Amino acid sequence: MTVATPNQTSAAAPQVIRRRRKPLPTRLYKVFRVVALIAVVLFLIAPLFWMLLASFKTNVDIYDTGKALFFSPTGENYANVLQRNNYFVFIFNSFWVAFVSTALSIVLGVPAAYAMSRFTMHRSALVVLMARVIPGVSLLVPWYYVFSNLRMVGKFEVLILSHMFVALPLIVYIMMSYFDSLPLELEESAQVDGLTPIGAFRLITLPLSVAGIATAGILSFIFSWNNFMFALVLSGSSTKTLPVAIFDFVSYASIDWGGLMAAATVVTIPIMIIALFTQKYIVSGLTAGATKG
Amino acid sequence: MSVMNARSSAPARSAGRPPSLGGNVSAWSNRHRKWLFAAPAMIFVGVLIVFPLVWTLYLSLTDSQGSVRAATDFIGLQNYLTVLSDTERFWPAVGRTMTFTGVALVCEVVLGMGIALLLWRPFRGEKWVRVAILLPLVATPVAVGMMWRLIFDPNIGFANQLLGMIGIPPQPWLSGQDTALGTTIFMDVWQWTPMVVLILLAGLTSLSDEPDEAARVDGANSFQRFFYITLPLMMPTVIVAILLRGIDALKTFDILYATKGKGGGSFNEVETLNVYAYGLSFDYNQYGLSSAVLILFFMIIIGSMWLLTMRKKAVSK
Repeated sequence: MTVATPNQTSAAAPQVIRRRRKPLPTRLYKVFRVVALIAVVLFLIAPLFWMLLASFKTNVDIYDTGKALFFSPTGENYANVLQRNNYFVFIFNSFWVAFVSTALSIVLGVPAAYAMSRFTMHRSALVVLMARVIPGVSLLVPWYYVFSNLRMVGKFEVLILSHMFVALPLIVYIMMSYFDSLPLELEESAQVDGLTPIGAFRLITLPLSVAGIATAGILSFIFSWNNFMFALVLSGSSTKTLPVAIFDFVSYASIDWGGLMAAATVVTIPIMIIALFTQKYIVSGLTAGATKG
Repeated sequence: MSVMNARSSAPARSAGRPPSLGGNVSAWSNRHRKWLFAAPAMIFVGVLIVFPLVWTLYLSLTDSQGSVRAATDFIGLQNYLTVLSDTERFWPAVGRTMTFTGVALVCEVVLGMGIALLLWRPFRGEKWVRVAILLPLVATPVAVGMMWRLIFDPNIGFANQLLGMIGIPPQPWLSGQDTALGTTIFMDVWQWTPMVVLILLAGLTSLSDEPDEAARVDGANSFQRFFYITLPLMMPTVIVAILLRGIDALKTFDILYATKGKGGGSFNEVETLNVYAYGLSFDYNQYGLSSAVLILFFMIIIGSMWLLTMRKKAVSK
């Protein structure tokens, strides 16, 4: 007891000081905040949870509103998706297209972003960023014409090229704001020590930008994985990506809801797992350049 | 003509043997690294943009249809006249595009600001809320569309079950002619509000505490502090969020196509300009007409972006 008393007071003292400096929110606001945050989380998570639940239901159970939450789960839909519909091929296609288009865009985009940041080439940057603004359809008609004349529609090269078009502006945008935040002095002192400007970029700046490149790469992978319109027009039956393959479960007559939800889950889960492990990078990528005003 | 000379003298003119050429190349590339670095990406994007844009502009002046390889005639501004006088598909599509973008943006910015303020100061369980915010953002839009399609199904959907619990009659949601557009806006809000939250939160955390503290000392309550201090300081960030989100909202395609299919449903109830142009191009092969629509659409996007950038410059000053 006697030992505990001084401990208590010393623990309470800083709190009192803190309260006086920065008044904590009132009790009412605290309650409101907790309730509001729970509501936000529920609103964002619940639909995804519902999709996951439905993917484990038989179509009979999906139609039975009494079995909304309590039902005997079945793996039938997943077995159906993965076996009968060749989904492993589509998973590979999605992965391959996203991976290669991201890698190539990094090779092209990182040096470009570096030059645009160091030499403040804002007009040149605008050319690349225009790609974000133009509606995809207006590019697709001419591309489709050219590539169908070259008999290349349905080949990976064309899909990758079109997805690079999504990835490259993203990478340039993120990396420009990353390079803007790297101090110039490091390179300058490396040049004083005898490195050429390109050598300084290669040996000093590039290793320092690994975090930025990871950010840009992950985000571009996600956007490429999720991209739908380009693959809808430019992919063939053997190069179909997952977002396009989902439509196999929708026909004019009826929808195989269980299969559809399983397919939707199969598309979404890999990208969500990647996102959860790379949270920090995604957030910094999405907010890149947003606060500079 | 030594290697040393070539490296030190300004223009790399010598065409020597490999070793000296190497020195020249490296000196030359160091001097021109600006364009050496930037050009490949710019050429890539330039070729893939400029050529299609010029082509689209050309197609919009022809009667191209049926097959992209078919012979075409130059018909001047005829397509534009047809499109601009089309009150059945084009103008309603313009209206829907504007409604979709406008309503979604207002909801996303207001909700996003509210949520960002909730998250601003540290609290327990912050990590979990951040995970929840990230999930809709990275979810595949087409899959998200399918997911909502099940939830909003008039007969078996969870949305109507939920309404039933609180005694509201079932709604047609996506299948109703009047409710479909609103329902798709709701989906867009679900998926993209988190993006606005992240941007605004980044803005909030980079704000300096001093103006807020000063106002607090002067006795301003939290509402006054928000509306007179925080919000004005946040305006540039808000406009960035509107700009980034607005461009994508104008071009929304995945969710609309996944939930309502070709032509934005049987009554074109969610047919926005992008869906309309896509249908004209790839379902009806009306390339001339769709190119005219696309050029007009493009002008709308550039126009709204320009307006917003002007606004941002005014706010930043």
